[in-house]
Amino acid sequence: MRVTQCELLIVGAGPAGLSAAAVAAALGVDTLLLDEQQAPGGQIYRAITTTPVTDKRILGEDYWHGASLLEPFKASGARHEPGATVWSISRMTAPDPEEGFEVGYSVGGEARLLHARHILLATGAQERPFPIPGWTLPGVVTAGAAQILLKSAGLVPGERTVLAGCGPLLYLIAWQYLNAGVKIDRILETTPPGRLQKALPHVFDFLRSPYFGKGMKLVREVKAAIPIVKGVKGLKALGQDKLESVQYTVDGRTEMMAADQLMLHQGVVPNVNLSRAAGVEHDWNPAMDCWQPKVDAWGATSLPGIGIAGDGAGIAGARAAEYRGLLAALNAACVLGHIDAARRDQDARPYWKALERAVRGRAFFDALYKAPDEYRRPTGDTIVCRCEEVTADQVRQTVALGCSGPNQMKAFLRCGMGPCQGRFCGLTVSELIAEERGVPVPEIGYYRLRFPTKPLTLGELASLPQTEDSRQAVIRMKKRGGA
Amino acid sequence: MFKRLAEAERQAAGAPVRITVDGHAVACRAGDSVAAALFASGRDACRDTVVGEVPRGPYCMMGVCYDCLVTIDGRPNRQACMTQVAEGMNVERQRGAREVQ
Repeated sequence: MRVTQCELLIVGAGPAGLSAAAVAAALGVDTLLLDEQQAPGGQIYRAITTTPVTDKRILGEDYWHGASLLEPFKASGARHEPGATVWSISRMTAPDPEEGFEVGYSVGGEARLLHARHILLATGAQERPFPIPGWTLPGVVTAGAAQILLKSAGLVPGERTVLAGCGPLLYLIAWQYLNAGVKIDRILETTPPGRLQKALPHVFDFLRSPYFGKGMKLVREVKAAIPIVKGVKGLKALGQDKLESVQYTVDGRTEMMAADQLMLHQGVVPNVNLSRAAGVEHDWNPAMDCWQPKVDAWGATSLPGIGIAGDGAGIAGARAAEYRGLLAALNAACVLGHIDAARRDQDARPYWKALERAVRGRAFFDALYKAPDEYRRPTGDTIVCRCEEVTADQVRQTVALGCSGPNQMKAFLRCGMGPCQGRFCGLTVSELIAEERGVPVPEIGYYRLRFPTKPLTLGELASLPQTEDSRQAVIRMKKRGGA
Repeated sequence: MFKRLAEAERQAAGAPVRITVDGHAVACRAGDSVAAALFASGRDACRDTVVGEVPRGPYCMMGVCYDCLVTIDGRPNRQACMTQVAEGMNVERQRGAREVQ
């Protein structure tokens, strides 16, 4: 059996993965980049090579910056396998432990294995769960999904559309739609009053950051064109078989508006399924209410040979991801023996400076747009687990019955056991249990995640090439069983 | 309901990829995901859920929510947002939980 070999495996072709692959391969590291999408760019630069939105003013210069990452990547000689979903990572124990990791992945429904000495996860972020009544209705999508539809397929909402939640992405997508000649009907801001005061200690850095000038211009243009409602509470999506209206409360008044499309967003959180299943240690980030892997400044994790770069190691944005990718790649090249530590440190110097500039001002955003408690810890019959259709009340009542943690909760309610593997309920379930028990979230922990980290059919698994060792293992077991 | 911007519409009309969705012919833009093609054709639901048997549609468009599961060419539980349209592809809505055969 022939198994693909590489020195450095990078998972994810967003800004972190692309820049890491480019610098590692240029240093002579045999580098393979696996990515789930058909074309590079990740989500932030999604469809950068294929988008039908060719008028550059529509998506804006920050999106088109992504194109500058492609040339160095192509020139570097790094191998790129698109359409590849990684579903397992295990340290090899035989025949030679020095060899690193065995990685299981699938391309076009066919399972494959590869061996890598070092792994860099650049799997980025996903939308934070936004559990409100009716968020499962057709017609409700994430704002990120709306942006992907725009970038990858040139699709825009055609009828009454509401954007709701908090964070810069709400304004960015409203602005991109305006540039494309599409005016959405309303923006419902959930940021509670008093947040600006909490963010003020960070305002000086924000004013010196690149976000300030660009952000203000964008917000001004959106505000001039679209009605914005602030301090929205009690947000609900209503409808029978699909979204029909959006209801909310502001200043004690309940309002309702007809809507065909609701786009929800309350920030993004690290995609932790692969890193958790691999056994990397994670911490709770109380400022951003999410889990993130423990990494050092180079992106090295608690597991030797596994690094993480970009938003998957903690949310810091696309430009920061690029530099974090470069730094992690330099470190990998050093660990793999292609450069010494002195060369690594020297090459890294401009990247540290660039990274510092890229993250300046983010603390202001993080404080201002912290997702409100109401929209992180739902009540009543609001669905928490979209796959198994488990409600907030069910989770809360099960805690009252004595269920103390998320793994036990799976046995009671099946929450987190559907195909998304907890990606859209894990944070909510941990927070609900913590609230009901009156203890901090880190004490509650998270679902125990296992491989395969994405659903896999038995047929797919059976398509794996067999080694002599794997055949012998089964034969020996059969003999023992028969004895 | 989603609609295509002019350039995307021009691409879709110029060299359409033809698929079938629950027996209806749908012309798609080459390179679009099945989920994008469903949205472009006015369909925002793609299945009935396995527990409550209520309509559900694509939600995240990036392969993490698994709400866009459809049957493609007879194979169930394919992610519509992660699968590109191909000429002659047959897409079917999934209705409730699967029967044991």
